[in-house]
Amino acid sequence: MTAKLTAVRAGALTTVQDAGRPGHAHLGVPRSGALDAPAMRLANRLLGNDPDAAVLETTLTGCALRPDRGITVAVGGAPCPVTVDGRPAAWGAPVRVPAGAVLDVGAAVTGVRSYVAVAGGVTAEPVLGSRSTDLLSGLGPLPLRDGDLVPVGTPARPVPQSAAAPWPGPPGELVLPVRLGPRADWFSPAALHTLTSAVYRVSPHSNRIGLRTEGPPLERTSTGELPSEGMVLGAVQVPPDGRPVIFLHDHPTTGGYPVVAVVAEPALAAAAQAPAGTPVRFTAG
Amino acid sequence: MTGARARSAHPAGRHALLVELPDAEHTAAFHAEVLRRRAAGTLPPVTEVVPGARTVLLDGVPDPAAMAREVLGWEVPPVPDGDGEVVEIPVRYDGPDLADVAARWGVAPEEVGARHGSYTYRVAFCGFAPGFGYLTGLPDHLHLPRRATPRTRVPAGAVALAGPYSAVYPRSTPGGWQLIGTMPDPRPLWDPARERAALLTPGTRVRFVAPDGARGEAAA
Repeated sequence: MTAKLTAVRAGALTTVQDAGRPGHAHLGVPRSGALDAPAMRLANRLLGNDPDAAVLETTLTGCALRPDRGITVAVGGAPCPVTVDGRPAAWGAPVRVPAGAVLDVGAAVTGVRSYVAVAGGVTAEPVLGSRSTDLLSGLGPLPLRDGDLVPVGTPARPVPQSAAAPWPGPPGELVLPVRLGPRADWFSPAALHTLTSAVYRVSPHSNRIGLRTEGPPLERTSTGELPSEGMVLGAVQVPPDGRPVIFLHDHPTTGGYPVVAVVAEPALAAAAQAPAGTPVRFTAG
Repeated sequence: MTGARARSAHPAGRHALLVELPDAEHTAAFHAEVLRRRAAGTLPPVTEVVPGARTVLLDGVPDPAAMAREVLGWEVPPVPDGDGEVVEIPVRYDGPDLADVAARWGVAPEEVGARHGSYTYRVAFCGFAPGFGYLTGLPDHLHLPRRATPRTRVPAGAVALAGPYSAVYPRSTPGGWQLIGTMPDPRPLWDPARERAALLTPGTRVRFVAPDGARGEAAA
């Protein structure tokens, strides 16, 4: 039986996300997808869903949903209070939400992005093989607004009996292993030393496109213009103000500012959960 | 251009390689070679092949160092003239920057379309927005800077110039390019419901034609 969830409270920014749409970067299409992919997969596994089934990704303030049929959900990622019709419910475990009851996913206690998986998965219309909202290019469903209906599929399997899953806690300090290049030679040795020794902080201007940082600017030795070139997930791009920007899943596929280094992909889930002000260190690795 | 080799290859993280070429022509040739080898099944696995102005990014590469050794050894044949599919873009040369462009080119405004429509272009790479292709083919002496002040809104279908590139905006966005014309119905540029979502994919050749199907020069 399919269900629909009404967005009673859409929250600051709630989007549909799955594993994204890699393979289209040459057309200018970002890969998109859940920023904290391990959290999305774990929430789906708790429900017996395909690990890459589409979920809702909230931002800082959570959201509230009312299903028109009884459903089972699992909320993971950033820890937050969960209630059903005002009664406390489990975070990080399957929760039954009766038809007409309101599931409230509260504001993140720590971290940034909570994931609301629903047994059967969110079944928004796929674009290029993915249901993900891409905020850079506007592909996929629009961010949730109050009153929107979110379609949910039929569960393929019963919700498994599972022990409590281990969730990594959000980082007090964000340590990002980087490999220098492809354009490290556009920067002075002093700038490269600064990158891997200074403490940066997550800027409040961060979003799904990039994690912006505040801290000492990286000085370029080459002042020329970089012809547009392909950019990878995790690229540490240095715009003219010298403050590194770490490219997250909605990043542009080509860019004209030099990439000094690239963050290892497994570290990006923690980056997506680091609120503004979190200290950031880049380490060689 | 004769047969050539890639100039250098820089690792981009643990799973990508940025191959650097001397110019747009060699980049097109190298990109075509990558696609040939991928189609023939002789390319090590990659998930993304992303050409840029003078680079080709190979992403999702299990061993970038081994891939670098391999691609730097390739003898890459030039792209033959007339190679690749030709897409015709209908255009009316009625853009708001036509007079400025004409002045910079030293021609009358009504001659801009004849000039621009007389060349065959090639999609060098995409970016900026889905389906936005950067077209090379304009000769050096007609290259133009971007506008000093970008527009907050460029309409979908705008035919535009900047630096060595021509482009057609698949949808309305802010933009700093010089606007010389209009594609009357820009919807074919980007349609994710279509098997081939983007009309202008890297390597595609492009001609600008009058909306009735005649060549641009005839209509200008």
